Amino acid sequence: MSTLKLDLENYKELLKEYIRTKDEQALYQAEQFSKHSMQHNISPEEIINIHVQSLQEIYPEMPADIQASMNFLLETMISYGLAYQEHQALREKQLELKSELSVAANMQKTLLSTNKPDFDGIDIGAISVPAKQMNGDYHHFVQDQEGSLGIGIADVIGKGVPAALCMSMIKYSMDSFPHKRMEPSVILESLNRVVERNVDSSMFITMFYGLYDPKDHKFYYSSAGHEPGYYYHHEQGEFSEMDAPGLVLGVTKDAEYPQNEKQVDPGDMIIMLTDGVTECRQGDRFIEPEEVLEIIKEYMHLPAQEMVEQVYKHFEKLQDFQLRDDFTLVVLRRDV
Amino acid sequence: MNLTIDVTNKEHKSVVSLSGEIDAFTAPKLKEELLPLTKEEGKTVEVDLNNVNYMDSTGLGVFISALKSTKEHDSELKLVHMQERVHRLFKITGLTEIMNIDSTVQGGI
Repeated sequence: MSTLKLDLENYKELLKEYIRTKDEQALYQAEQFSKHSMQHNISPEEIINIHVQSLQEIYPEMPADIQASMNFLLETMISYGLAYQEHQALREKQLELKSELSVAANMQKTLLSTNKPDFDGIDIGAISVPAKQMNGDYHHFVQDQEGSLGIGIADVIGKGVPAALCMSMIKYSMDSFPHKRMEPSVILESLNRVVERNVDSSMFITMFYGLYDPKDHKFYYSSAGHEPGYYYHHEQGEFSEMDAPGLVLGVTKDAEYPQNEKQVDPGDMIIMLTDGVTECRQGDRFIEPEEVLEIIKEYMHLPAQEMVEQVYKHFEKLQDFQLRDDFTLVVLRRDV
Repeated sequence: MNLTIDVTNKEHKSVVSLSGEIDAFTAPKLKEELLPLTKEEGKTVEVDLNNVNYMDSTGLGVFISALKSTKEHDSELKLVHMQERVHRLFKITGLTEIMNIDSTVQGGI
């Protein structure tokens, strides 16, 4: 109470000083007073109260109407003060959540990290950029016991934290599959059962799974409702869509995922992506898949990793570019 | 972006006319309106997508939950007048195979 009293004296002196001199210095000190009040959680109505008391002391003869108007102001400020307090409390809470979220995002990075393998005869590039703090896209490389390379690329529908948590589930079920031979259709069928049992009805996952066999240079792939990938034929210099029908994971228990295969010739390229790539927008305009391919073509002379990074940079640099969804691009190229 | 949701109720049928964009911001609102309709036994819920030119995957999620709900409650979900860009999304995700979708866009007259 004594500090407040002191503040009252202080405020009264300041006010007197200002009324007398109209000096800037007094205004500066008023600002300090206000900062000090905030630090000590003194509410706005309390400051008004101090002002009213000071006025009464400086002008004992103050007309009753002015006096009444001051009380009116005081009442008004009480509800304002309450709202302000609530606002402060929310701000603190928000800061707390923000820091928890960044801890979660870091944890997710650790949980979902995958090592891009060094694979003889294939050049691999991969980039994944989240639109928000947590990434709902996922890609995963695994080498099975027969020496084939498995690549999974997935997108959880629903964004943010729930999506990220869901991804961890996928990763751990994939890790628990036997590593003898990772057949794409078998993997997707098993994952579908896991997702169908465990995930909320409005959440689902699209996934593309491919297996590269270096012995005969064949690429086997299946898709669970995932954005189609592209295949680049080096000799013809042409892209074609790797269309593979299949239902998104988690809708019905007994979905089946037919397996497709492709003979990969030297210089051929397999491009896998998520819809964050094809759903890019520049202002109001959508970026068409053909444009993505053109950009890939432009940077094709680079090693695969540099190529995917340059493609992302290209889109990032566009004016009014907004990343609405997580962006993941993975490229495999058979060495010439 | 905004989404306008208009619901017309008839005896065994509700028509839900949508106009705008279905994305992460508008999807929760749509879900709130759409799901209760699918919980009435024997009801047909027809969603008119003539004026929806953008939908992202969150929107798909709403229709998947609605579909699951119709199976549980013995009602029916029908999507009509779907635009090409939106249809592509249903096709890629394999949903055209398991959903009742009529994609003829309403003509001039």
